[in-house]
Amino acid sequence: MADSKSVLFKIRRQGSPHTSPHWEEFSLAWHPGMNVISSLMEIARNPVTRDGKPTTPITYDANCLEEVCGSCAMLINGTARMACSALIDKLEQPVRLEPLSKFPIVRDLAVDRSVLFENLKRAKAWVPIDGTYDLGSGPRMTMEEQEAAYPLSRCISCCCCMEVCPQFNEDTGFVGAATISQVRLFNTHPTGSALKRERLAALMGDGGIQECGYAQNCVEICPKDIPLTRSISEVGGAVMKQAIGDLFRK
Amino acid sequence: MATSPNIIVVGGGLAGLAAVIKIAEMGGHVDLFSIVPVKRSHSVCAQGGINAAKNLKGEGDSTWQHFDDTVYGGDFLANQPPVKAMCDAAPGIIDLLDRMGVPFNRTPEGLLDFRRFGGTLYNRTAFAGATTGQQLLYALDEQVRRYESEGKVTKYEHWEFLSAVLDGNRACRGICAMDLRSMEVRTFPADAIIIATGGIGAIFGKSTNSVVCTGSAQSALYQQGCYYANGEFIQVHPTSIPGEDKLRLMSESARGEGGRVWVPKASGDTRDPKSIPESERWYFLEEWYPKYGNLVPRDVATRAIFKVVYEHNLGIDGKPMVYLDLTHVDRKILDRKLEGILEIYEKFVGDDPRDTPMKIFPGMHYTMGGMWVDFKQATNVPGIFAAGECEYQYHGANRLGANSLVSCIFGGFIAGPAAVQYARGTSAAATNGHFDTERKHQEENNAMLMKSEGDENPFRLWQELGELMTKNCTVIRYNKNLQETDGKLVEFLERFRRINLSDRTQWANTSVVFARQLYNMLQLSRVIAQGAAMRDESRGAHYKPDFPERDDKNFLKTTKASFAPDADEPKFEFEPVDVSLIPPRPRKY
Repeated sequence: MADSKSVLFKIRRQGSPHTSPHWEEFSLAWHPGMNVISSLMEIARNPVTRDGKPTTPITYDANCLEEVCGSCAMLINGTARMACSALIDKLEQPVRLEPLSKFPIVRDLAVDRSVLFENLKRAKAWVPIDGTYDLGSGPRMTMEEQEAAYPLSRCISCCCCMEVCPQFNEDTGFVGAATISQVRLFNTHPTGSALKRERLAALMGDGGIQECGYAQNCVEICPKDIPLTRSISEVGGAVMKQAIGDLFRK
Repeated sequence: MATSPNIIVVGGGLAGLAAVIKIAEMGGHVDLFSIVPVKRSHSVCAQGGINAAKNLKGEGDSTWQHFDDTVYGGDFLANQPPVKAMCDAAPGIIDLLDRMGVPFNRTPEGLLDFRRFGGTLYNRTAFAGATTGQQLLYALDEQVRRYESEGKVTKYEHWEFLSAVLDGNRACRGICAMDLRSMEVRTFPADAIIIATGGIGAIFGKSTNSVVCTGSAQSALYQQGCYYANGEFIQVHPTSIPGEDKLRLMSESARGEGGRVWVPKASGDTRDPKSIPESERWYFLEEWYPKYGNLVPRDVATRAIFKVVYEHNLGIDGKPMVYLDLTHVDRKILDRKLEGILEIYEKFVGDDPRDTPMKIFPGMHYTMGGMWVDFKQATNVPGIFAAGECEYQYHGANRLGANSLVSCIFGGFIAGPAAVQYARGTSAAATNGHFDTERKHQEENNAMLMKSEGDENPFRLWQELGELMTKNCTVIRYNKNLQETDGKLVEFLERFRRINLSDRTQWANTSVVFARQLYNMLQLSRVIAQGAAMRDESRGAHYKPDFPERDDKNFLKTTKASFAPDADEPKFEFEPVDVSLIPPRPRKY
C-alpha cells in the first residue's frame, strides 16, 4: 500500500501487436500538481518498476497537454479520458492505465485511431470551396448559428465516444458519434450543405447511423461536452427522410 | 522538368497545410510528413485569434497600421517588405477561412467580430471563441482531407523527418525519414521540400509548446548547411499557468477582453484576492503604461512582471506569480468569448476564473528566430523552403499576439507556389546514389544510439538542458551566464555520447526517437546562447541589463548562424535589415 508520500501506478504493457500484455507497477514520489502525463514523463527519466526492476519508458501518444489536440486518450482507472487533464490528486490509487480497448494496439498505451480520419473522409467532412483565390467574404451567419456550430467544431478526435459505445465494434462496423456529429456540423453550414445528400448517403446501410443503440455513453464521456446525442437524432432524422425520399424517387 | 511536381511538406500545422492546399490547387502532388496526425499539430494550441485589418469597428484601421504595429512591435528587426505583404494579405486570408467554415464569433449583424490584442490600439483580432488555432487548423485539415481523398495528397503520419537528401551540388532531392512505429528509415524523392515544423519549446524543457516542438528538423537542416537566423530572439509569454509537465498558455485574449494584471501592494499579503480592496492592489501595467495598459507587447509585459516579482518582491505568497483578473467581466461574455481557456484553467488548476483571479507567470512561448529564408520562403539550400514558426521572417525581435496564425498561413501560401515554381524549373538529379548514402548514414546513427552503453538517461539530460536554457537564455541575459551556458552545452554534448537507452527494441521505441531530437536540441541551443552573447544591445525580447538600449548602429542586423562541421559549432555573420518602408524610431509604449 502506498503511503501518503507516494503514488502507485499499474500500467498495462504490451511490446507490440504480436506480443501478449502484462502489468507493471510503479511508485513515484508525490508532489503537487501531478497528472498522468507528468507521471509518465517521470517514469521515462527513471524507468524502474516498483520492485526495483529496470524496464523501458512507456510508449503513449501525447502532444499539446492542454486537452485540445486529442492525442492522449487512454483508459484511466477503467474510464476513457485524456491523460493530460487527469490530475493524480483526483484519482483513486493504484492509478490503472490501459490503452483504449477498441482500437488496434501499437505499443503500451498507444493505439491506432486512424479509423476516425477514414470515416471523416467518407463522410466528406469539409466545406467544398471553389478555391483559395480571393472570392470575398464568407456567408453571413447570425450569432445563434455560430453558437450552434462552434461546440460541434470543437471535437478533438480523441475517440472516447467510440471507445465507450457498445455498438462500436467489428461486428457492426458502426461509424461512431464523432463522425455523425461532424456530418451535422457541415450539413448545417450554408456552403457545406451542398454535399448534404452525399454525407447522409454515407451514413446509410451497414455501419451507418442505424447501428446506434441510444446507449448515450458517448455524450456522457465526451471531454468537450459536445451534444452528440442531439447530433445523432438530428442526423438520424435527416437520413431517414432522405431514405424514404429515395424510395419514392426510384 | 516536372510538369506535375512532387513536393514534400514536413509538418502538418497551419503553415504546412496552407502550403499543401496551394500545391494541390496548382496541380502538384504532395507527400505530407508529420510526427502526429496533422489534426493534432501544435497550431491547435493557439487561442486568442488572428490579426487582419478589416476595419469593421469604424476605427479607421488599415493594413498599413497593422504593418506599422508589427514592425514597431518587433523593434525594427524584421525585413519590412514581406511583413507589409503579409499585412496586406491578412484580410483576404480571413475571408478565405470564413468561406472554409471557421466558426468565427459574430456581431449582432452577422459580421465577423474583432477584439483587441497586445501592441495595438485597434480591434483587429478575429477569433473563434478562445480556440482560434484549433478552428483554423481544422478548416485547413478538412480541405487537405478533401485533396487526400482525390489522390493529390499522400499523408505519412507517425513519421519523423531526419534529414534532407542533398546531391553533389548540395541541392535538395528529397528527405530521409523514420517510421515511428516500425522504426524503418527510408528516403523519399521530391522536386522540392517545404519545412513547416513549428517551434522549439522543448529546448527550454517546460514551455507552452506541444511535445513535438523540439526544433529537431530545423537543427538537422542547420547542421546540413541551412542558415539559422535570429536564434537569440525567444518570446516569453507573460501569462502562462505553471505546471508539472508543461506551462499552459493563458491567452492574451483574456486581457483583450478586459483582464487586469495586479499584485497586492503589501509584500506577503496572504488574504483571499477577492477580499483585497481596490486601493490595496497594484495594477502595475496600467500604472506604468497608461496608453496600452494591460495590452503592452509581450516582452514588455513579461519584463514588468519579472520586475514586480523579483525586484519589488511582490509575487503572490512570495512565489513567482501574479494575478490575472477577469472576475469583473460579465460571465456571459466570458463564456461566449473565452470559454476554451477558462475551461483549461478550471480543469488544470481547479479554480473557476470567473469567480477568482487566476495565478499566472511568464513562460517560454515562441521563437521569433528560425530558418533563414528569402522573400519567397526559400532557404539558402536550393530546393528547401520553410514556412511558419520554424522560419524567422515576420516578427523581428518580438512577435505581436495573433500575428503568428496569419504569418503561418501567409508563409505557407507563399512557400507552396514558390516550391512548385522551383520544381518546374529544375532538372532531374544526375544520380540516385545520394539517397542510399543518406539512409545508411541515418541507420548508423540509430544503431550507434541503440548500442551505446553509457550512463546518461536522455530524459534526465533534457531536464538539465531545459533548466539551463530557461535560466540564462530567456527574459534577462548576461554575457557571463551566456558564455557559461555555451560551455555547459559543450559538456552536455560530451555527455550525450555516453547516452544509454533503456529501450532497445525495434518497435515504437520512443527513447531512440527522443535521443535523436535531444542531440539536435543541443546543437541548436548553442546557436541561441552564442547569438544572444554576441548581440550587445537590448531589442524586443532580447534584454541585457548591461546594454539596456537598442543599438541600431551596430545591431540593426539579422544574425545568421551556419554550422561549421569541422569545428562542430556555429559560426556567425550579420546581414543588414531591409528598413526601406518605415524608418526605425525609438520603441516606447
